[in-house]
Amino acid sequence: MLDSIDLETRIREILDAHRGQEGSLLPILHDVQEAYGYVPEAALPIIAADLQITKAEAHGVMTFYHDFREKPAGRKVLKLCRAESCKSMGADALAAEVQAKLGLDWHETSADGAVTLEPIFCLGLCACGPAAMVDGKLVGRATAEALVAKVKA
Amino acid sequence: MKIWLPLDSAAVALGADEIATALVAEAARRGVTLDLVRNGSRGMIWLEPLAEVEVNGVRHGFGAMTLDDVAGLFGDLAAHPKALGPVDELPWMKAQTRLTFARCGVIDPLSIADYRAHGGFEGLERAKTMSKPELVAEVTDSGLRGRGGAGFPTGIKWKTVSEAPGEKKYIVCNADEGDSATFADRMIMEGDPFVLIEGMAIAGLACGATQGYVYIRSEYPIAIKVMRKAVEIARSVGVLGSQFDMEIRVGAGAYVCGEETSLLNSLEGKRGVVRAKPPLPALQGFMGRPTVVNNVISLASVPVILAKGAAFYKGFGLGRSRGTIPLQIAGNVKHGGLYEIAFGLTLGEIVDGIAGGTASGRPVKAVQVGGPLGAYFPRALFDTPFGYEEFAGKDGLIGHAGLTIFDDTADMLGMARFAMEFCAIESCGKCTPCRIGSTRGVETLDRLAQGDASAMPVLTDLCNTMKLGSLCALGGFTPYPVMSAVTHFPDDFARAKEAAE
Repeated sequence: MLDSIDLETRIREILDAHRGQEGSLLPILHDVQEAYGYVPEAALPIIAADLQITKAEAHGVMTFYHDFREKPAGRKVLKLCRAESCKSMGADALAAEVQAKLGLDWHETSADGAVTLEPIFCLGLCACGPAAMVDGKLVGRATAEALVAKVKA
Repeated sequence: MKIWLPLDSAAVALGADEIATALVAEAARRGVTLDLVRNGSRGMIWLEPLAEVEVNGVRHGFGAMTLDDVAGLFGDLAAHPKALGPVDELPWMKAQTRLTFARCGVIDPLSIADYRAHGGFEGLERAKTMSKPELVAEVTDSGLRGRGGAGFPTGIKWKTVSEAPGEKKYIVCNADEGDSATFADRMIMEGDPFVLIEGMAIAGLACGATQGYVYIRSEYPIAIKVMRKAVEIARSVGVLGSQFDMEIRVGAGAYVCGEETSLLNSLEGKRGVVRAKPPLPALQGFMGRPTVVNNVISLASVPVILAKGAAFYKGFGLGRSRGTIPLQIAGNVKHGGLYEIAFGLTLGEIVDGIAGGTASGRPVKAVQVGGPLGAYFPRALFDTPFGYEEFAGKDGLIGHAGLTIFDDTADMLGMARFAMEFCAIESCGKCTPCRIGSTRGVETLDRLAQGDASAMPVLTDLCNTMKLGSLCALGGFTPYPVMSAVTHFPDDFARAKEAAE
């Protein structure tokens, strides 16, 4: 469990770091997610009050963007590109194979909390697809074996 | 010993960082002093990781490098199994007209000395001697049009902002390059970040703007890192500062934020929903103030226009498509990558000639031009010259100049369905044709897949509604891939019908 006093202190530090920045909500949410691995629900009222917006507005912004998580992800996050260029190189078959090997559907985290599987739409690696990202690290010409080995490493 | 090895995302995704570590270790083992420069990519993605070694002042290429090829770089280079010869002499490099990408892959991206030595800041120096109207006129005369996809004349946009009243104005760079098959923005930000900074500084002078933002998608971690460092360096040498400063902002995984009004909302810390136009962002953009929103490549093309003059740039191209365009050749392709050339090559020359056909060796079935919102072109249209009007005339668009090649195993009904599915996932929800139409589109295509031919008029009608009734290009252009698949690949839609019968 998060200690609520610690949380508030940390969120206030982040808010102070963005003081005076124009349109600072996204940078703030990125920093909160960087600190916690997700955006804790308890953080939103603190952020909203500080930016003088409603909690609903803060919640609305956070949930609009695919990147922000409401709960922690697995220890490793595997993102598979599902866009056209990667599809032309067999991304659908790769995804089916990875899903079968990991026993996970999109947006699912394995029961042991080891890995989360997510779709992503384009990593800009369109001439060396199918592309993937494992914990922020880029992979070109990805194979199911190599990806599963990386997430299990 | 001097070796270049790209820090570019594609090179890294293919193992460049591991090669770099191995190079350093091998040099240490042999007691060789190694000057390892992490450059941008030359754009030959099939040769990445591409190492370059300087031999008598000429850069020789070695690629695609594997860990087994590392030790050989310290031995007899002529006998190296991956030796390609002088990189500038490779046919792919020689036939290009690199104006915007002249330095990409050549220089150390974060060396301001390197940047200057290769013509950097010449445009900005000249811009400082010109008045605002002169600067706007220069860009207008160059014929430069928005490289993000819309193709709106850059000079006209600048003129509006330049003449707009307002105490504070902004230059916003749209680096939310979310289209599949596009990576030119990423490559220039990773390989030559100062050219973008210079272009934005010139835009600032032309429009009287004092603050810039680069909105980079979060899927581009390396570009974000390089741009942030480049901004710090530019500040330290006084290129950025009190007159014009800029900040790197990071998106959060919403495709629609590549649309300029949605991007502005996101930049303001709001949901990335599309705004109705008017008011134009040029008059009421970021924080309601006059704002230029330009694509990365548009802004990165400005320094060369200022350095060499509008007439020089305008001298390239065809019709109303002036200058050069960085083609991004992707998908199932033998020679994929970035190829900068004047407008005017035919689609066939690009796909069969430059790209050399498919990676799989199978026949090319379709080429999607312009990203997820672009049309699928069949071989019958391969004589279409690459230009804004030329592609529009064939019910397509060039968009950000990305081309995805598909071989004959592609299922075009499946691709049409994906276009609708993608629109449904990424729709901002503001307008009904996009928000609801995309989901109905998926369902209608599923009916077609099950052999229900009565769904076709519904699909056509739905696409028409989305095209005419959507606020932005997401809903408005999703019909392009869908209807082009229907029109040019009827067999893929009929086969489903036969299967049902």
